Amino acid sequence: MERIQIIAITVSLLFLYYISRMIIKGRLREEYAIVWIVCTLGLVLFSFWRNGLEILSGVFGVYEAPNLVFTAAIFAILIYLLHLSVVNSKLQQSNKTLTQELSLLKDKIEQNEKVQQEQQSTAAT
Amino acid sequence: MHQRILIIIPCYNEETALPAVLRDLKAIKQFNLTILVVNDCSKDRTAEVARQQGIRLLDLPVNLGIGGAMQTGYKFAHRNSFDLAIQLDGDGQHLPSELHKLIDHHNATGDSVVIGSRFVQKTAYRSQWSRRTGIFYFQLLYKVLLNRKIYDCTSGFRLFDKKAIAVAAQVYPDDYPEPESLILFSKLGMNIAEVPVLMQQRQGGASSIGSVSGVYYMIKVTMAIIYSFIRYSQKKTWNAFRS
Repeated sequence: MERIQIIAITVSLLFLYYISRMIIKGRLREEYAIVWIVCTLGLVLFSFWRNGLEILSGVFGVYEAPNLVFTAAIFAILIYLLHLSVVNSKLQQSNKTLTQELSLLKDKIEQNEKVQQEQQSTAAT
Repeated sequence: MHQRILIIIPCYNEETALPAVLRDLKAIKQFNLTILVVNDCSKDRTAEVARQQGIRLLDLPVNLGIGGAMQTGYKFAHRNSFDLAIQLDGDGQHLPSELHKLIDHHNATGDSVVIGSRFVQKTAYRSQWSRRTGIFYFQLLYKVLLNRKIYDCTSGFRLFDKKAIAVAAQVYPDDYPEPESLILFSKLGMNIAEVPVLMQQRQGGASSIGSVSGVYYMIKVTMAIIYSFIRYSQKKTWNAFRS
């Protein structure tokens, strides 16, 4: 086993451990964690099985194996960023609805309080 | 007189101009008006100004931008089943004394959306050249997409009837809603009309469209308009609204 292999394996495993811990602590929702876990598992797999990279490059017709890694990584990141934008848009939408409902409710409560006060003052006189 | 009319005033930092607008609105006795201030999380005393005057207030805890704030007003109008809703800016640009022109036009024709327009006739209003260029560009866009002329698509002085209120309470664009919403209403088969009104230069506060962000505004609104055009051209979305 070569030195770079050992480094890659250690880093990927540490990353996997870190993600698992975040999920356990409830700081990362599973739906977002899946992508990270799959990516990390891929990294671990190819750290152990170095020839796999060469074979895969051959299949895709990429001359240099590292180029395949970069292309795949950039593509995955792009897709994931798009996914995050979608999640963010949804979040903004629900945030808007919540804010609107909150202000409408606040108004309703204020109006009710006003009516109650008036009733109390008329009852007092 | 039996018509219940809601005046929606979206406000962001309008404490200087708002009192005069509210005073003028309260002086109108010929219509059954309810005044509603939507305070879009202002950093100044806008909310206090409205409360002191005994105005109905929707106080947004988070800044939503003009579209989200307006939609809150339309939701209010829809749930309290108002007959008409009129949007009027809190900066003194739109004159309460011109209100009757929109209402009279609606009552005469039954048009669902009535826009108070600066440019149908020559009026004293003078806008910046950059804004004029933008408006000319949008006129072209509407001509191409809707095959009709809309002179003042950015005007925030507009009247909605019950039908339009119901739609706006459901969907309303977020950031620069005025030009985009016209596509929606037009595609849903509602009548849009323009009435010439007098407008003043703003009395205080700043436009929601800065000069630097003008180009960004044009690009964003163009995209929004074209995508809305496609979205509301699809039969599926169309049917959802009709039911």
